[in-house]
Amino acid sequence: MLSNQKLRIAALSTAVIAFAATGGTAFAQKKYDTGATDTEIKIGNIMPYSGPASAYGVIGKTEEAYFKKINAEGGINGRKIHFITYDDGYSPPKAVEQARKLVESDEALLVFNPLGTANNTAIQKYMNSKKVPQLFVATGATKFNDPKDFPWTMGWQPSYQSEAHIYAKYLMKEKPDAKIAVFYQNDDFGKDYLKGLKDALGAKASMITAEESYETSEPTIDNHIVKLKATGADVFISITTPKFAAQAIKKLAEIDWKPMHIVSNVSSSVGGVMKPAGFENAQGILSAAYAKDGADPQWDNDPGMKKFFAFLEKYYPEGNKLDGSVVYGYGAAQTMVKVIELCGDNLTRENVMKQAASLKDFTPDTLLPGVKINTSATDFAPIEQLQMMRFKGEKWDLFGDILSGDLSN
Amino acid sequence: MSAIQEVVTEAPAVEAVPKRAMTLGYGTSLVVLGLLIVAPMLVKNFIIFQLTMLLIYALAVLALNILTGGSGQFSLGQSAFYAVGAYTSAILMEHVGINYALTLPVAGIVCFAFGFLFGQPALRLSGVYLALATFALATAMPQLLKLGYFEHWTGGVQGLVVTKPDAPFGLPMSQDMWLYYFTLAVTIAIYIFSVNLLKSRSGRAFMAIRDNEIAASAMGIDVALYKTLAFGVSAGITGVAGGLGAIAVQFVAPDGYTITLAISLFLGMVVGGVGWLPGSIVGSAFIIFVPNIAEGISKGLSGAVFGVLLFLVIFLVPHGARQVAMVAQQLTGKLRKN
Repeated sequence: MLSNQKLRIAALSTAVIAFAATGGTAFAQKKYDTGATDTEIKIGNIMPYSGPASAYGVIGKTEEAYFKKINAEGGINGRKIHFITYDDGYSPPKAVEQARKLVESDEALLVFNPLGTANNTAIQKYMNSKKVPQLFVATGATKFNDPKDFPWTMGWQPSYQSEAHIYAKYLMKEKPDAKIAVFYQNDDFGKDYLKGLKDALGAKASMITAEESYETSEPTIDNHIVKLKATGADVFISITTPKFAAQAIKKLAEIDWKPMHIVSNVSSSVGGVMKPAGFENAQGILSAAYAKDGADPQWDNDPGMKKFFAFLEKYYPEGNKLDGSVVYGYGAAQTMVKVIELCGDNLTRENVMKQAASLKDFTPDTLLPGVKINTSATDFAPIEQLQMMRFKGEKWDLFGDILSGDLSN
Repeated sequence: MSAIQEVVTEAPAVEAVPKRAMTLGYGTSLVVLGLLIVAPMLVKNFIIFQLTMLLIYALAVLALNILTGGSGQFSLGQSAFYAVGAYTSAILMEHVGINYALTLPVAGIVCFAFGFLFGQPALRLSGVYLALATFALATAMPQLLKLGYFEHWTGGVQGLVVTKPDAPFGLPMSQDMWLYYFTLAVTIAIYIFSVNLLKSRSGRAFMAIRDNEIAASAMGIDVALYKTLAFGVSAGITGVAGGLGAIAVQFVAPDGYTITLAISLFLGMVVGGVGWLPGSIVGSAFIIFVPNIAEGISKGLSGAVFGVLLFLVIFLVPHGARQVAMVAQQLTGKLRKN
């Protein structure tokens, strides 16, 4: 192993010298870090296949199937992807163990799409000290977009704050005199969101006239809703996880309160929230999306979604197209493949981060038309655009332009 | 007395272990110690990290072993004590800036006090009821850690990132290796303390209570005091393990200390052999490595594979590693005679 490495270094330095001597044209020498060779690229991944969040395990399975498809089609620049995915049971200490296993024992080139805010926080310091890319983490927490302090960590989906910015922008435009009641889950998710709202409202943060938080341990949130109604607010923003979002929709109908109702993207599932809350209660609710919905017939003839459905049929037949996690895993894996393609023959960890940070207008098949992935050395937030949507009948209707969660424009 | 009552009030299904059988012989101990000292020099940093976790969980299993194997009380709440220890160390290191080594005794004392106090009301319960009360503690702990009131200190759901210590005095070893030897030293100290504790007057009192509470109190043992004391000692050791765990993992978050951890520790104790202290390390190895093996066999069915493996162990060697060790001892004894 060691002698191999030495040989490689020797070969490399010879090449460099030769290059310097000839002052030549293109530098065609292949460059590799641990985890990449002429024939194979090792990509690590950590998912909660067991435990409380095991529903998300589908993401890992979809990604595995996608890489299988890439390999079946000849790999990337002739190299096959060796996808190593481990279960952490959604436990941060276990995530650390698995991350170390991937980096030190399996010698993966990078760790791709590990899931969970706490789990990613747990491994962030380690990954950065080892200078191994922790790429496209599966969480919306804004703190993973911090290229200055953590240059080896990058997010993928729109951050909670970006999404909140979009709602704030929409409200300032459509309802500048709104009295906003914010109802949020008392954890990192809820607080991240609330901060996003306040940041985007800026000087007009006083539009928020009431804030109520709830704990996930509370059996019912009825009293909070009644309290918020009493404040006389005419906009209700529900920063909730699915169970509570459905409860809120029901309660609002019950007490006959009809404010403009916005639910977070996390809880916009038709099957998981709108249906149990009752379609008749959910009419007119607003939310935002960045990916196409596999359940929505309007995408049946969309070329991107057709590719997605064909992939499901051939490589992942047990995958449920109605499950947002499948759509998610497909999009994330496609972004990963794009980055490896861009790396060409320079498969060093540094170059992987460099390429990941220079994506320009990349569009995975499953993102809404107009939503594009853009990154730069100072912007580690790949997806920042969403489109507003309104619930009508039994599905979401997209409306308006694609909006950017970036506050600068 | 009905059958159910009997199960509840009788000393739990822990077989009385004579105190000499609770430890290893000198020769074997030295061999194990030698292996533990040499091991990290031969393997990669990742394996060293796993070995460190092995020792840390072994400590936590040992603590439970003192409680259950020693004094005959059940606990499904060890994860709560582990969490308190971990958070104590993490908060002292990150917010107060105290040296990591000094945070461990503090974690131990805090947990001892916590365990001792919890032991007071829990005293009135025994058997499955005690197990339930401690279970409640384990379920409540992650949520308590998330409370907004403590958030400034605990970091809420986000948890706290802990800085890993470097080897002191410029010793030429990696952080992982240093932490391993540090953990090993702490583990040996606590192991020796535990062995001596169980051999002492207090230890005999624990075992008397385990074997027959009424007889024990008739002999003049303060049952209430010794039961709470066992709880306190067990919690204290678990706390030290928690503190070490926080340093090794470099992160504490409420979700790391759920009921699953408590059950794992309980499992480790049973697999290692209830009441057999050296078995703790075997039990710890089981809870760390067997899930990985199960995952290697089948990703989708890792839980089921783990269940089958666990079932096999309990079915074939119901007394865990202790049984294996005893059979081995008998065999070598026979060989020597021949």
